[in-house]
Amino acid sequence: MMYDVIVIGGGPGGLAAAISAHENGAHVLLIEREARLGGMLKQCIHDGFGLARFGERLAGPEYVERFIDRLEELGIEAHTQTFVTRVEKTPAGFAVVTVSRDGVARCDTRTLVLATGCRERTAKQVFIHGTRPAGVFTAGTAQHFTNLLGELPTRRCVILGSGDIGLIMARRLTLEGAEVLGVYEAKPTPSGLTRNIHQCLHDYNIPLHLSHTVTRVFGADRLTGVEVAEVDETMRPIPGTEQRIDCDALIVSVGLIPENELAESLGVPLDGHTRGPVCDGQLMTEVPGIFSCGNALHVNDLVDYVSASGELAGKSAAHFAAHTRDEVALTISDDFGYLVPQRLDRTEDNSGVTLYFRSAAVLGPCRVVLTIDGKEVWSRRYPFLRPPEMQQLTLDFDKLGIAHARDAHFTIEVAEA
Amino acid sequence: MKELTCIGCPRGCTLKIERDGNGWSVTGNTCPRGREFAISEMTAPKRTICSTVRTAFPDAPVLPVRVSADIPKDRIFDVMDALKTVTVSERIGRGDVVIPNVLGLGVDVIATSSLLRHRPE
Repeated sequence: MMYDVIVIGGGPGGLAAAISAHENGAHVLLIEREARLGGMLKQCIHDGFGLARFGERLAGPEYVERFIDRLEELGIEAHTQTFVTRVEKTPAGFAVVTVSRDGVARCDTRTLVLATGCRERTAKQVFIHGTRPAGVFTAGTAQHFTNLLGELPTRRCVILGSGDIGLIMARRLTLEGAEVLGVYEAKPTPSGLTRNIHQCLHDYNIPLHLSHTVTRVFGADRLTGVEVAEVDETMRPIPGTEQRIDCDALIVSVGLIPENELAESLGVPLDGHTRGPVCDGQLMTEVPGIFSCGNALHVNDLVDYVSASGELAGKSAAHFAAHTRDEVALTISDDFGYLVPQRLDRTEDNSGVTLYFRSAAVLGPCRVVLTIDGKEVWSRRYPFLRPPEMQQLTLDFDKLGIAHARDAHFTIEVAEA
Repeated sequence: MKELTCIGCPRGCTLKIERDGNGWSVTGNTCPRGREFAISEMTAPKRTICSTVRTAFPDAPVLPVRVSADIPKDRIFDVMDALKTVTVSERIGRGDVVIPNVLGLGVDVIATSSLLRHRPE
């Protein structure tokens, strides 16, 4: 069996990619390792999804089930409880080896869309001292227990990290009757969206302690407490500021990392800033025929953007034809956290390229400037840029003269105070 | 004058609101929802609630729900208590009403997922 497009991952990115590839005439297979499609949105029961796309404030399941319904309506083949163990390059494209309850199988495809999402950074990756008791959860694990299994994982907890899932869980656990003693963030500014600081913490009088971290956990079988301390500008704990807090859980919300083991096994180069594949304006990676989207490409703060990137990757995969690329890099100054896509293929239509970027630090009034061959060709003013709030913009690079450019460089000019 | 952060969308505009005669003067908003939000915060703050209710099905022990429209902020925990009294025993779907006119607030509690329709193989 030869498919035109195999999409790996049945979350919002993969669903959008599969639907869009099908609508662009491709024979599509979607592969998902869990029993139900929907990815992480199955457990994101809070609202706020779909404002950009549907003009409605939907809960996560409501948003993603609209795409699942559409997938079923279109009769797109989807294999759940199917795990991709290996992908190999073949003369015609790729061979995807899977394992499911039916055993080991092999499917061939011309192109691949990697919609593998992201993973949470764990407590092990933030170097906390002490014992290893039960009661240390990532925010996503706490969310899984609470929202899918209906089991409250804590009565009294401390949250480390001010990422959005941690803030959402602070509110959720409070609503369910748990006591959230405080959110501790090592950085001097919050990691989550400002609105979540207000509607999840301030609304429930949950204190946010910036420039503070958890330095130690206590407890033999179950966690009995944590030690918190103030940190200096280099994020090192300041001796003498330690404080012990009694609690039964530590919930960690310290960031998300794109999941790209499959991409790496296929030799797809990754961007050190995004930790997702280096892509062109069509979201094709540096390996021809392999596309990336959603949180595997870069961690998004809005699912609407995840769906949009899935649609583009799916469409591009459906129309893929092997060709020699003529690439120009989109380079960025140090003021940027990252910019996606990282390259443009000049043999493609670049008249409407959607760019996503984050600043590296909180910036006041500033101007984002695009320079092509040393000449300023475009700029836009921003009242502020904050790393947690991703920016999106669409540019006509053909009109801006990318066809004959040697380099295209983005900088951020901060207005003089 | 009071400073607020709008929660209408992820942009999170910083709003400034003050009394202006019989009405209000709002600045900092980039859309009409910001003005509405600021005035509501000063007069009768409202919020939405998303939570879960118990089900009778071991394959899906809880069903996600939300209120069909915003409710007064000071009634959040009353609605949470009302949710604890419910056990869903039919395989209802997304949008179906779980509690009509909850606590007489004029809004329904509705299911936000059709997961009960997905039976394990």
